[in-house]
Amino acid sequence: MTADAPPELVQLLTPEGERVEHPDYDIDLTPEEVRSLYRDLVLVRRIDLEAVALQRHGELGIWASLLGQEAAQIGSGRALTDDDMAFPTYREHGVAWCRDVDPVKLLGLFRGVNHGGWDPAEHNFHLYTIVIGSQTLHAVGYAMGIQRDGGDGATIVYFGDGASSQGDVNESFVWASVFNAPIVFFCQNNQWAISEPIEKQSRIPLYRRANGFGFPGVRVDGNDVFACLAVTRQALKNAREGQGPTLIEAFTYRMGAHTTTDDPTRYRVASELEAWKLKDPIERVKAYLFKNELADQEFFDAVDAEAEKLGADLRRRCVEMPDPTPMAMFEHVYSSEHRQLDEERTAYAGYLEGFES
Amino acid sequence: MRREFKLPDVGEGLTEAEIVRWLVKPGDTVKVHQEFVEIETAKSIVALPMPWDGVVAELMADEGQTVDVGVAIIAIDTGEGGADAAPSESGADAAPSERIAALADDMVPRPPAEGAVEPGAHGSPAPKEERQAVLVGYGVKTGAAKRRPRKASTPAPAASPSSAPSPQTAVPATPASTTGSPSARPQAAPSGAGAASGGTAEPGAVPSAARLAVLAKPPVRKLAKDLGVDLTTVKGTGPHGSITRDDLRAASEAPPEAAPAVQAADQPREERIPVKGVRKMTAQAMVASAFTAPHVTEFLQVDVTETMEAVKRLKAMPDFQDVKVSPLLLVAKAVLTAARRYPMINSAWTGEEIVVKHYVNLGIAAATPRGLIVPNIKDAHTRSLPDLAKALNQLAETARSGRTQPAEMAGGTFTITNVGVFGVDTGTPIINPGESAILAFGLVREMPWVVDGELAVRKVTTLALSFDHRLIDGELGSLFLRDVGAMLEDPLRMLAWS
Ligand SMILES: Cc1ncc(C[n+]2csc(CCOP(=O)(O)OP(=O)(O)O)c2C)c(N)n1
Ligand SMILES: [Mg+2]
Repeated sequence: MTADAPPELVQLLTPEGERVEHPDYDIDLTPEEVRSLYRDLVLVRRIDLEAVALQRHGELGIWASLLGQEAAQIGSGRALTDDDMAFPTYREHGVAWCRDVDPVKLLGLFRGVNHGGWDPAEHNFHLYTIVIGSQTLHAVGYAMGIQRDGGDGATIVYFGDGASSQGDVNESFVWASVFNAPIVFFCQNNQWAISEPIEKQSRIPLYRRANGFGFPGVRVDGNDVFACLAVTRQALKNAREGQGPTLIEAFTYRMGAHTTTDDPTRYRVASELEAWKLKDPIERVKAYLFKNELADQEFFDAVDAEAEKLGADLRRRCVEMPDPTPMAMFEHVYSSEHRQLDEERTAYAGYLEGFES
Repeated sequence: MRREFKLPDVGEGLTEAEIVRWLVKPGDTVKVHQEFVEIETAKSIVALPMPWDGVVAELMADEGQTVDVGVAIIAIDTGEGGADAAPSESGADAAPSERIAALADDMVPRPPAEGAVEPGAHGSPAPKEERQAVLVGYGVKTGAAKRRPRKASTPAPAASPSSAPSPQTAVPATPASTTGSPSARPQAAPSGAGAASGGTAEPGAVPSAARLAVLAKPPVRKLAKDLGVDLTTVKGTGPHGSITRDDLRAASEAPPEAAPAVQAADQPREERIPVKGVRKMTAQAMVASAFTAPHVTEFLQVDVTETMEAVKRLKAMPDFQDVKVSPLLLVAKAVLTAARRYPMINSAWTGEEIVVKHYVNLGIAAATPRGLIVPNIKDAHTRSLPDLAKALNQLAETARSGRTQPAEMAGGTFTITNVGVFGVDTGTPIINPGESAILAFGLVREMPWVVDGELAVRKVTTLALSFDHRLIDGELGSLFLRDVGAMLEDPLRMLAWS
């Protein structure tokens, strides 16, 4: 397990909170922007932990935690413009936050009250995708659509290290490459695909796979929000300017369990987690703000208080979500009505009728 | 206002959990996110966080008790009269932040307290008795789920004929009352549309229908299978006459028909111990190893007087001040050194390939209160001697206290078993599955020994090396064993060869 950052990693902020230079990437952020990134990081971590708690309360069936991956998601998510379209997996709560999706809407799917609670068109944020890797195909198709419509935006698609082994993902690389589609492949290499370590997925660093498909790949410190922002911005810009796809490998770590259903102590050693805790994505921004006197204690307290409020609000609104009627499941499967759907609906209504109330 | 917290399904489809430890007691003030109880599911130990602020009114379950999901376990007096006990919204109270931070740890559940894993397959889960350990997936829902009764006559909803549920799938409220209907499947969820009408129903399959009509939860069914008990012969005492674990245990322990009462009333002549947990895993691993890998064992008597002297001198060195130095340390070092010279010893047979490992995860067999476990020291070959000593100590301590995590037992490449601690000279050790050799280190005792043509009293031990003859021939095994012996005879060789 290579917990140590490899040399080819793009990093602009060290785990100790030191700004460092990189020959190819740089970023110029105002203190206000840095504070805003910090706030994003803290709030999404809070949303995530509240959801874990809600699962432990029996209010959610399951939850996939983003703990440890906040910087990868906020950095890339904040690089998006309104015109860009994002395709998430099931763990992109931080990206959802950047796309202005109300956090409570993320909970519906995991509470079993809807199939994804937001309008993808409204937020330019597709619904969560559980089928590993399939969203890369949807995303490439979408990007090719933008290309054909002469649109302004680019597309970004999120997937994991494990997904990189899927046929869908590799096919999408081929299509994106040969059609020069305006897309950014954003792979969060969190070192684990449930219990399978990255060594079981690849013998070379994942970002280098892009070469074989004919487009550039870059590995970025996925726990460095500055670097993730800078690298993703550049890749999106390239895509919009007709330079085709980029694969970004955000080198990060899943600090929690795969989902609330999983017990990672069965397959990984505690020392690995301890090593990654030292690279925490939030601590380094806090250290940077503090050291450079870009924020005072009052600011940090205010963010914490905001997180507190957000948490309480989320807990309350989660349990207030209405249960859908059984018939609601027929509503959003097809975009238009057809006879078979109608038959199924009628049959099911009849079946429900058969019960005493 | 009194609010009750119901035991949640913290996994996917878990049906019950055991209350391991209460972290609060009646009268305690509790806060949102404060962990208040540890429960053990089939998967792991999980601490549950409080959803409300308030005062503990009542603990509704005892430690050690197994509770069904959905049953209230604690009552909290949330103070305010209103219905919604929304927790502190002010944000002025900073404490919740700390408690939520603890939740981050909760994402990494504690290892199961008991019922560990034998090493072997990568992260092989530890089956805990009859419970099924699944990492991810959809388990079974309790039969206790509320189900509305069907109306007296259940007209098949008239849609297209193919989509009409067959009448037999209409499940009565209490399946226990079903006696005849061969295709009545207690769990068959009536599927409305497009269900294969007749696909699954086996007409005339009366005997199996009888079995299906028996009420027992899936974990109980599994236990029955494990115990070899025919469920149809067991009388159930659970809800609706369902069969419980206790029923099964009673049935499986019941003396066979005509057991005469000749035994002394106070002292049973036989005892039946269910095979489970570590014992079961050990048995499986040993059978798997002994009957797949052709074992060869070789022995070597070694004069370890110098090694014992070296141990004494190491103890006096500042680098070893806070660790326990034992002869095992030098045996481990000798093994690591020899494994570098003969990498094939440290390899695995997959069937089509031999995987030679250029790293050593050195397993040390440990007798613990839970039974035999073999945790390993990861990348032991990279460690300095003081480091190795520390790792050995730590591993032993963790094992003794029963806190060894499954991952610490996975991925071993070579094992040492220190049978000398039991006061015996040697044995024929069985290879840990997935590895190719194992070394037994016997008792070190004073023995008459010939040194330079003279009889002398020396400290002598016996080494035994078992290896898998599919990939290691006698020559290689002997070379390895001879070298380990030579290094223990003259520890300076460890330096020379490393
Ligand atoms: C096509 C498909 N195969 C298997 C699964 C089961 N599954 C769910 S998550 C997962 C691992 C994914 O790992 P990775 O791509 O690294 O993403 P991460 O969960 O680490 O974010 C698997 C195999 C699935 N959902 N879809
Ligand atoms: Mg992953």
